[in-house]
Amino acid sequence: MGDISVLRLSKSFGSEPGSQVLALDDVSIDIPTGQFLCIIGPSGCGKTTLLHAIAGFERPSKGEARIDGRMISGPGPDRIVIFQEYGLYPWLTVAENVEFGLRAKGLNAARRAEIVRHYVNLVRLDGFEDRYPHEISGGMKQRVSIARALAPEPAVVLMDEPFAALDSLTRDVLQEEILRIWSVTGQTFVLITHNVDEAIFLGDRVMVMTARPGRIKAVIDVDIARPRDPAMRTHDPRFLAIKDELAAHLRDEVALAAA
Amino acid sequence: MTGVGEKAVTDAAGALPTSTAKPTKTALEGWRLGVTPTLAGLRHYALIPILILAWEIGVRTGWIDGAMLPAPSAILNALVDMSEAGLLWRDVWASIVRVTVGFGLAAVVAISLGLAFGVWPRAAAYLNPLIELIRPISVLAWIPLAILWFGLGDKSAWFIIFLGSFFPIFTNTYLGARSVALIHIRVAQSFGAGRMLFVRQVLFPSSLPYIVAGLRVGLGVGWTCVIAAELIAATSGLGYMIQLARTMIETEKVMAGMVVIGVVGFAMNAAMLWLERKLIPWAQPR
Ligand SMILES: Nc1ncnc2c1ncn2[C@@H]1O[C@H](COP(=O)(O)OP(=O)(O)O)[C@@H](O)[C@H]1O
Ligand SMILES: [Mg+2]
Repeated sequence: MGDISVLRLSKSFGSEPGSQVLALDDVSIDIPTGQFLCIIGPSGCGKTTLLHAIAGFERPSKGEARIDGRMISGPGPDRIVIFQEYGLYPWLTVAENVEFGLRAKGLNAARRAEIVRHYVNLVRLDGFEDRYPHEISGGMKQRVSIARALAPEPAVVLMDEPFAALDSLTRDVLQEEILRIWSVTGQTFVLITHNVDEAIFLGDRVMVMTARPGRIKAVIDVDIARPRDPAMRTHDPRFLAIKDELAAHLRDEVALAAA
Repeated sequence: MTGVGEKAVTDAAGALPTSTAKPTKTALEGWRLGVTPTLAGLRHYALIPILILAWEIGVRTGWIDGAMLPAPSAILNALVDMSEAGLLWRDVWASIVRVTVGFGLAAVVAISLGLAFGVWPRAAAYLNPLIELIRPISVLAWIPLAILWFGLGDKSAWFIIFLGSFFPIFTNTYLGARSVALIHIRVAQSFGAGRMLFVRQVLFPSSLPYIVAGLRVGLGVGWTCVIAAELIAATSGLGYMIQLARTMIETEKVMAGMVVIGVVGFAMNAAMLWLERKLIPWAQPR
């Protein structure tokens, strides 16, 4: 469960033919169940558009996206998005936010409480259950958003630059936690990032996109054994080699995007 | 409407957010800090006693005709007389009960309808022009119909107050229902939230700041409506009382009634402002 396949997907925005923006152009990629795919590319290249097509928020203009063979025609609880800006409900407490997806699933109160406790502990937020989002830091908000996404056990977790707004220390910690969680759940993870180190450290594969219109420039296998040590980012020769390769791909595209 | 405050609190390795250290203060300093805003707020009322004093002097020196505009002291006397006779309180109570009924009905119907319009935008597209056509009709224009339909008495007044309160509450609720952040809608869709869950935990709380603002305006309009309704269509209440005093040419009683109307309205508004802060702690203007 959680096998994504994107086939020749294109997406353009705008209704009048003259002012249409082609955001994605003929993108095809298969993401097998349990894989961690990272997507990297210059801003405005269509990364969010691709993620939203998989989430079901955007309809493709051409082509299709499927999950476990079924055509994706709208959002659903098998694919949960973690947004950069968290998307927490400010009127609900930490625990109530995490509970939201469980209510949607129709679970009874006892079962919900049990699952909420588990996920609140998993993201190390115990003691903060009754706080409101405006009472906690950005890093903690993103933890809540992660717990909320994971609680109903979706087959696919989609993350759109989840750590971009956080300081680098918090980001490092959350990266390791995401890896720890992913390694036990076996869910399919797709994560968009601007950060080459993050993409290599987390991903089984890294997909590089071209400047607009977004196409796939390269898909690079990260053949580094897990569990991965955060220190590898400065020491591991294989890590550094992949980093060079990715950086070269990106340099061309960022130059194009800026031109 | 302001968004949620993004407070920068460092969070490394899941540590507790560091509390902002406050410099220690003496008890007296602390007391001053607590009291100063209240005093500063009171200062803004300074014009009122000055105006009343000038008015009193104006009447006593004959510069203002006391028959046209009775002196504040005469109004105060009338107030004390009426309150001692107990009649004033009966009328105040009658008006407050009326506004509570009319406003309460309006709140229930307007909030439900505003949220329903948010849930069913297609139905809303057909119904909204109807509401927009009725809205500009002054409640005063409804009074003859109200008397025809409900006769003189409470029901007419309720109807008039209902109409007056309904539109501000409805308009604000509907605006709130259309202002739910896209990301909040997407989160709900993504989790597959049903309609009831969406209304209870997303649509309603997200619209609440708008709803409460609408309730405050609606109560204010309802309070002006109760007086209008009582002037014509009732046999008790503050509106009826000042109408009766007018026919007796007891101008100071008319004005005493007006003072009470002003004070009660002011208190209602203050209560609603307090409620606004209580109900929506996540959306405080900074
Ligand atoms: N709803 C939309 N309407 C019009 N244009 C859009 C919309 N969403 C995205 N775009 C455009 O599509 C392109 C890709 O956007 P996006 O997927 O957000 O890029 P990225 O996430 O890679 O920064 C951008 O040029 C953006 O302006
Ligand atoms: Mg984006």
